[in-house]
Amino acid sequence: MSFLPNSDEDIRSMCNEIGVNSVEDLFVDIPSTVKNPDIQLPSPLSEQEAMHSLLRIANTNKRVCSLVGGGIYHHYVPAVVDHLSSRSEFYTAYTPYQPEVSQGTLAAIFEFQTYMCRLTGMDIANASMYDGATALAEAVLMAVRTTRKNNVLCSAAIHPHYRQVLATYAWASDISLQIVPYKNGATDYTELSHIINDTVACVVVQSPNFFGVIEDIEKVAHIAHEHKALCIATFTEAMSLGLLKSPGECGADIACGEGQSFGNYPANGGPLLGILACKKEFMRTIPGRLIGKTVDEDGRECYVMTLQTREQHIRRERATSNICTNEGLCALRATIYLGLVGNRLVELARTNHMAASYCLEQLVNLGYERVFDAPFFNEFVIKINNAKNVQNKLMDNGFALGIPLETYYPELSDCLLVTATECTTKDDIDTLVKLLQTI
Amino acid sequence: MVSTMQTIFSLHKQGRNKYTVPQFGAESYDPIPQHLCRGELNLADVSEVDVVRHYRKLSSLNFGVDNGMYPLGSCTMKYNPKINDAVASLPQFTQQHPATIEELSQGSLHIMYSLQEMLCAITGMKQFTLMPAAGAHGELTSVMIIKKYFETKGEKRNIILIPDSAHGTNPASVAMCGFTVKEIPSNSDGDVDIDALRAAMDDNVAAMMLTCPNTLGLFDRNIMTIADILHSNGALFYCDGANLNAIVGKVRPADLGFDIMHVNLHKTFSTPHGGGGPGSGPIGVVEKLTPFMPVPVIAKKDNQFYLDYERPQSIGRVHSYYGNFLVMLRAYTYIVMLGASGLKQVAEHAVVNANYLRVKLQKHFNLPYTRICMHEFVINDEGMPGGITTNEIAKRLLDYGFHAPTVYFPLIVHGAMMIEPTETEHRDTLDAFVDTMIAIKNEANTNPEVLKAAPHTTPVRKVDALLAARKPVLKWEE
Amino acid sequence: MSNIPENLKYTKTHEWIDVQDDYTGICGITDHAQEMLTDIVFVELPEVGIEVKSGEQVAVVESVKAVSDVYAPVSGRIVEVNKTLEDSPDLLNSDPYGKGWIFKIDIKDKHELDELMDAAQYAEHVASGE
Repeated sequence: MSFLPNSDEDIRSMCNEIGVNSVEDLFVDIPSTVKNPDIQLPSPLSEQEAMHSLLRIANTNKRVCSLVGGGIYHHYVPAVVDHLSSRSEFYTAYTPYQPEVSQGTLAAIFEFQTYMCRLTGMDIANASMYDGATALAEAVLMAVRTTRKNNVLCSAAIHPHYRQVLATYAWASDISLQIVPYKNGATDYTELSHIINDTVACVVVQSPNFFGVIEDIEKVAHIAHEHKALCIATFTEAMSLGLLKSPGECGADIACGEGQSFGNYPANGGPLLGILACKKEFMRTIPGRLIGKTVDEDGRECYVMTLQTREQHIRRERATSNICTNEGLCALRATIYLGLVGNRLVELARTNHMAASYCLEQLVNLGYERVFDAPFFNEFVIKINNAKNVQNKLMDNGFALGIPLETYYPELSDCLLVTATECTTKDDIDTLVKLLQTI
Repeated sequence: MVSTMQTIFSLHKQGRNKYTVPQFGAESYDPIPQHLCRGELNLADVSEVDVVRHYRKLSSLNFGVDNGMYPLGSCTMKYNPKINDAVASLPQFTQQHPATIEELSQGSLHIMYSLQEMLCAITGMKQFTLMPAAGAHGELTSVMIIKKYFETKGEKRNIILIPDSAHGTNPASVAMCGFTVKEIPSNSDGDVDIDALRAAMDDNVAAMMLTCPNTLGLFDRNIMTIADILHSNGALFYCDGANLNAIVGKVRPADLGFDIMHVNLHKTFSTPHGGGGPGSGPIGVVEKLTPFMPVPVIAKKDNQFYLDYERPQSIGRVHSYYGNFLVMLRAYTYIVMLGASGLKQVAEHAVVNANYLRVKLQKHFNLPYTRICMHEFVINDEGMPGGITTNEIAKRLLDYGFHAPTVYFPLIVHGAMMIEPTETEHRDTLDAFVDTMIAIKNEANTNPEVLKAAPHTTPVRKVDALLAARKPVLKWEE
Repeated sequence: MSNIPENLKYTKTHEWIDVQDDYTGICGITDHAQEMLTDIVFVELPEVGIEVKSGEQVAVVESVKAVSDVYAPVSGRIVEVNKTLEDSPDLLNSDPYGKGWIFKIDIKDKHELDELMDAAQYAEHVASGE
C-alpha cells in the first residue's frame, strides 16, 4: 500500500524541472558509503491484509471483567465522544499556530481550561500535559522555580509510578526528593510536620491516594504554608473531582493529575491526559500551552495561544519547560465528555463510590481483611491470603482483581488494590464473590 | 460566515441535561463523609444535541490536512491513513488496562515489541523505547540518558552543543537536565561551522544535538566529520529526528555516527497530530547506551512478551505507563503497510516535492540557501514589494485555502518561511500553491492593502494577540 | 530616529540611567529598545532591597513574541521599582523615559558612571546597528 499520489511520470517530469536526472541526484549530500541500506522489514501489505493481520494480533488480547484501576480507570465512553473527536478537522490539524483557521481547537481547549479550573478549584489550567506523572514532575519543577528552593517532600502514598517519574526528573534537575511515610493508608501528617523546614519548596500529596484513601489536603497545605512551601495536590482518578472537595478548596497551590477517566480509553496506558492547574499568582511560571480569549479585527470574540514567552520556542533554554506538543485530542475528548455529562458528574462519581463500597462489603463478608479503615472513593486495599494464586485463578475465569501492592510496598504482601467504577455492575461483583467462594 | 462564537457554558440551561447515569442498586450504602465533599460543581448542563452541534460547528472552524495542503515546515503534515484510526479504535486494544498488560495484552505487547524492532531496522539503532509521549519528551529522555552515561563513567561533562538553527526544544531539554547550552553557528552553506565546532570542543562537552536533515531542510555534508570530532573527544552525537521523513529508508542515522536519536511517530510515521498531540517520541540508542534506557523495557522470552525492569543503570521511569500506545498502533500499521520499499519512496517523493517547489518559487522569492534541499526549504520576505512581510504572506495564504508554512523559524533566517509539502501532495496541488504564492507577490504590487488586512475569508479575521497577552483571560466566566 | 535625551547615560544593552543629586539612579529601557521589542505586555520587576552588580540581569520585559533582559547599568542596591508597570506595561512603549521607568538604584560606585555612554555616543551605537 502506498499513499503517494504522484505518478512515475509526474516524478520524472518534476526531476526534469528541478534539473536533475534522477531522484537519486537529490540525495547527493548523503555519504554514498551509507546510502540506500538494505533494511529488513516485512513485505508491504494491502489495507485488507494489514487489517487482517492486526485483527489476528488484537484477538490475542484477552478481555476480562476488570476490577483494576490504580491510575487508569475503566469508565464508559459515550458514543458522542468518539464521533465528534473523529472529525478530521480536529484530529488532522496541528498546534493552532494560525488562530484564524484554528478556532475549533482553540475554543475547545479554552473550554477544557475552564473545566479543569472549575473541577480543581484553581484559577488557571493549561492546555494539558503528557500524563499525570509528568504533570506532577512539571508541577514540582514549577514549585522549585517559584520558591527558589530545592528540596521536595513527597508522600509515600502517591502512585508509585508518579513517584518514580518524579524521581527521574528530580535527579536530572538536581532536586533533592524526600519521601514522607504513610500511616494507616494516609500520609503521616505528624511525621510530615517533623521533617518539613523552611528549605522545602513543596509538599506533594495525592488524593484519593494510591491506596484509594481520601487524604487531608487541608492539613498538608497548612503544614506546607507554615514553612513557605507550596502544596501540590495530585490525583490519578479525575472522576473523584465530581464528588470530593477540590484541591483549590483545600488550599493547594498547584493541582495536577490524570484526566484519562474523562472520555479516554485505558488503551494499555496511553495516550493519557495530564492536567496541570494553579493559582493565578503562578500564571507566568506554569509550563505548557495556554489559550486566551481575545477579539478579531471585526471585534468578534475568539481565541489565541497566549503568554508564549514562557515557552521553549521563544525562551529556549530559559523556558518554563521543553514541552510543546501536548495531548490536544485527549483534552478535546475530555471536553466533549464533560459537556455531555455536565453536572451529572456528581451522580456518576457517586455510582463509582457505591460500586466500590458494595464490592468492599462483599469481600469483607467473605472474610478478607480491609487493610486501611479510612474513607475512600472507588478503590480500596484488601488482604487475601495467597493473593497471587487467587488472582491467577480468577483470571482463568474471566476476572482481573486488583493490583498487587507488594511490588511497590514490600510490607503489604498479599494486599490488592481493588477498583470498581460505574462499569462494574452488581452482577459482576456477585459473580466474583461466588467464584471466590469456590477458590 | 460565523456569528459570535459561543462556548458550551453559554448554552447551559437548567434541566437540559438528560444524561443518564447507570444506577448501581445496592441496598445499603455509606456515603463519603460530608466534610470531604465538594460544594457546587458548576459545569454546563446542555442536551446531547447541543453538544453535537456545538463541537461539529467548532470543527468547521479548523483547518486540517484533510482540508488542504498544510506545508508547515518541520511538522510533516502528511496525510493520515484512515486505517490507522480504524485499528486504533478496536476494543481489543482500547479497553485493555496497562497494569495487566503482561497477562492479558500479549497482542499489544507484540505490537510494541515489533514496532521497537522495526524502528531499530529503520534507524540502525540497537534498541528503542516507545515510552516518550512526544518529540520533546524523547529529547528530554535522551538528554537524561546522556547525563546518566557520563555519571556512570564518572565524567563530569556539563556542556551540550546545539547549532543556532535548532528547535527551541533542544536547548530547553538540555536546561532541564542541568547542562549548559553552547551554540554553534552555521556556515554560509547552512552546514555546521566545523571550525567553530572544533574550537568549542573540550572535555566538558557531553554531546551535540543535531537535527538531521537540519531545520533549513539541508543535509549537513560534514556530518561524518562532526561525528568523528565528537567521538574522538568522547562525546555523544544526538540526532533530533523531527525531519526523519526526508531520509527514512535512504540512510540509517546510526550509520552516520549518531549514538542516540528520537523519532516523531506523528510526523514520519503518519499518525495524526490531533490539534497538538497526542504524539509519540520513541528514542533509539546504540549498544553502549542501552543500559540507561528508561524502565520498563518491552522484551521477549520463549515467545512471551514481558516488561523488563531489571535495569540497574536505567535513568528510571519517564511516563505513567508505557507511552502512547494507540499512537504506536497507528505507526505500526503504517509501517507494515509500506514496508522498506514504501518507506524509501516516502523520502524520495517528499524530497522531489520539496525541490520542485523550491525551484519554482526560487524564481519569485528570496531563497537564502540555494542548494538542493531535502524535504523542506526556507524562503523569506526579503525583496518583497512594498515591504510585505512573512506574516502577511502567511495570512493571505489562508484566504486561498492553504495552511501557512512555519514562519519566523529557523531564527537564523530573517523573516523565514519554512515550507514542507510532504510526499502526499501531488504535482497539481504544488502547482496551485506556487501560483498562489506568485499571485500574492503580485498583490504586493497591485493591491498591498488587501494583503496587509489578510485574512479575509477565514472564520475569524486577524486575531488580536496583543490584547490576549496584556489582559489574559484564560477561562470562561459569565 | 528614536528619541535620545541629552541628560541621561546609556548602556550598550539599551538601558538608560538618570543620576540624581544623591547618587540614586532612575533606570529604564531606551526608546530604541522599546521600538525593537514592539508592544510590551509584561515586565518582571526586581525585588526591592537586592544588591546587583553592573551588567547583571535585574528585570525582564516581554512582548507577545520576544523576551528581553534588562541589565543594571551600574552596581548598587535596588531601592524602588515602578509598580504601575505591572498593570500598565504599555507605559514602556508610550513614555520610556518618564512614566515607563523601571527601577531606582542606590549607586555604589560613582566611577562606574564614567564607563557609560552619553547621548551622542549612544546615538552612534544605535546607528551602528548593534
